[in-house]
This record gives sequence, structure tokens and C-alpha cells, in this order.
Amino acid sequence: MTPFSLKRPTSLSEASSAFAGDAAWLAGGHTLIPAMKSRLRSVETLVDLSAIPDLDSISRDDDRLVVGAMARHAAVAASPLVKAAIPGLAGLASLIGDPQVRNRGTIGGSIANNDPAADYPAALLALDAIVATTHGTHAAEDFFQGMFTTALDEGELITSVSFRVPRASTYAKHRHPASRYALAGVYVARFEDGVRVAVTGATTAAARWPAAEAVLNAAFAPASVGMLSFESENLATDIHAGADFRAHLAGVMLREAVTSLL
Amino acid sequence: MVASLKINGALHTASVPDETLLVDWLRDDLGLTGTHIGCDTSQCGACNVLVNGASAKACTLLVATLDGAEITTIEGLGTADALHPMQKAFRTHHALQCGFCTPGMVIAGVAIAQTHGADVSVDTIRHELEGNLCRCTGYQNIVAAIAAGAKDMAGSEGARIAGSAQ
Repeated sequence: MTPFSLKRPTSLSEASSAFAGDAAWLAGGHTLIPAMKSRLRSVETLVDLSAIPDLDSISRDDDRLVVGAMARHAAVAASPLVKAAIPGLAGLASLIGDPQVRNRGTIGGSIANNDPAADYPAALLALDAIVATTHGTHAAEDFFQGMFTTALDEGELITSVSFRVPRASTYAKHRHPASRYALAGVYVARFEDGVRVAVTGATTAAARWPAAEAVLNAAFAPASVGMLSFESENLATDIHAGADFRAHLAGVMLREAVTSLL
Repeated sequence: MVASLKINGALHTASVPDETLLVDWLRDDLGLTGTHIGCDTSQCGACNVLVNGASAKACTLLVATLDGAEITTIEGLGTADALHPMQKAFRTHHALQCGFCTPGMVIAGVAIAQTHGADVSVDTIRHELEGNLCRCTGYQNIVAAIAAGAKDMAGSEGARIAGSAQ
């Protein structure tokens, strides 16, 4: 790694002052540190967020579940509060990476990175999430702006993510067997006012699936989604899977998710 | 950056460059070479250690961020004369061939036993072993060893590793 200076603030205001010049936030570090080790990334200042108290808290606030930015995937997966309010979200967290990744990786780090095959972005879109930061708030749909791109300004720090608690929801994921990233992952959430569906892994950035929402709002059943496959201008093709296969897999995951919610 | 960490129960002060990885500090400065460097890309789990009771890859942790943490390495589990129950189970079930991945596997096994208890299912063990790669023995005997080790740990005083296991 290229040498850097590490700051370890103990409050948000200290963190903001420490973030100066060529700087990056360090949350769980399980994307950033490998990137720095392979010299894809170098910074002069790394601001570690792990010593700031309460940034990992999880709480229920009326019809919303609020997850602190530094909540680790393992903590979300095991949280009685998450399991009671949104079991689908706890299930999603338990499928991220491997146990050692889940013990270190955080929700804030994951969504700030916005990897096109990351799991959390699908949950944020389907669960009508609001991302709170040191600068204000972003609706999930405004927050994610394409591959590895978000609405965050330089030095803007995510503090929490609040999810609207649905009547029921679940996440179905076809994992790449080696990386365990989603080749296609579909989050389905049923609210009183309708169904929301979001897809990750299949496209260059997670996205809502309006066609699936429309048929499920008409009748929530596997027959409604039939052989629906995911249509998008942004379907991804790489050495792991082509666009047609990913579009098809998204359909398979959609039917799996709908079936498990019946 | 100066950080104080408890390593296998003993307090150490690390005065190291900020970019120092935990695995390098353990191996090069403390001589604890049981924690291996396999892939060095956060995938293989040969460098697994317990951080406050939870398993983590020491190749992807900065020492400077671990001030106050309690770390358990393979050397902290047992000795050649008094193996930890999980180490014994690996021997009994022939869960290793070349042995390179074994320290990380044993650490993962201890974490699985502490999180899921004596009656952890084979499916759970397989899911929880996804962060560990073995290139020679295969996983059958490793899974069998962890299932047996989890049972033996429950009946063995002192087998539990301190820290805030989840």
C-alpha cells in the first residue's frame, strides 16, 4: 500500500474536520483496503469511522427502521429488531460475502461504494429508504446514480439509512459461486399502498422494476410474473454472465421471491 | 500511529506505520507466524483471527484501527501438549493435508461453534465456511471436524474464547 496518514475521530464533527485534501472514509474497509493493497487506489488521509460512538445503532422509529451507517452486515443479520421489523433485510445481510466480510463490512460502506452487484442497493430501492448524511438526506432513488456513483459530495458522510417497514418482503439472489456477489438479486416488498421491486447485479446499477411492480399490483402471485424477464438498457455483460442470462435470472429470482412471500 | 491491542491475552503496544496490516504485524513483529498469508486478497481465510470474538481476515485490517481490540490467533487456542478441542477434532477427523489453510479453518471453526453452539447443522457449517478455501483436502472432513469440535467445545471448560462473540 502507498503510505497514508490515518485519523481516528471520535465524533462526527471531528471526522468532518479530519477529512481534508486527498482523503477517504474508512468504514469496514473490505472494498477499500483490497483496492489500496492492489494500488488501484491511494489516498493521503484515511479517516477511520470505527471509533465514533453510536454510528452503528439500529432502532425502530414509527413506520421506519433506522440502521446506523457503521452497522456491520453480521449485526444487521442477527439483530432481533431487524428480524422482527424486516426479516427480508436480515436475510439479505446474511447472504453478503462470507462470514469474515459480514463481521467487518458495513451498510454505509456498501452503499457509498454502490457496486453494481452489491445487495443493499436493491433493498434500499425496494424499501423506499432514506439515506441520512452529514449534509442532509437523500431518497434512495436519488442517491444511487449509476455504477460506483452516488449523490454523495466530497466529504459528505452517511450517518444512517432508514427503511420503510413493509407488510412483508424478501430477497432472492443468484450468487456467483466464487465471489458470492449477485449475478442477479431481486428484492420484493409489499406495502399497504403497493408492491415495490428492485433488481441488483443484472445491470450496471441497481434499479426498480416497474413492469414487475405493475403485474404484482394487479395480482400478487407467481402466475402474474409468468416468464417475465428483466428489460433494461443497462444490462451487464462480463466474463461471468451475458445480458440475456442475467435478464432471465432476474425473472427466476423474482418468481422465487414472490413464491416465498405467499 | 500507536495502538494497544490484547493478543492472546497479553497487552501489546504497536508503534507502526499507519498502513500496517494486522497480519504483517502479527507475523513480522510478534513472530506469530501461525496466521498465514494465502491469497492476500481477502478471499481465502488463511489469515483468519478472532477480533473481539468474531472471525476476521487479518490481511484486510489495519492495526491502527484496532486500538483496544482483543485478538486471538491460532497460537492463543492451544499448545502442542494441550490442543484446543477444535484442534483435536481436526486431527481426529483428518481435516487437513498440507495444513496451510488449517489455522484459518480452525479459527473459523471456533467462531462457528461459539456463534451456533454444539448442535450446529452441517448446512450452517458449510454456509459459515464460505470465507475459507482449502486447495488439497477438500471440505468433507473439515466440516465433520467442525461439527465434532463444536460438540467437544461445549463440554470443555476453558475452550471458549473471550470477547464479544455475536
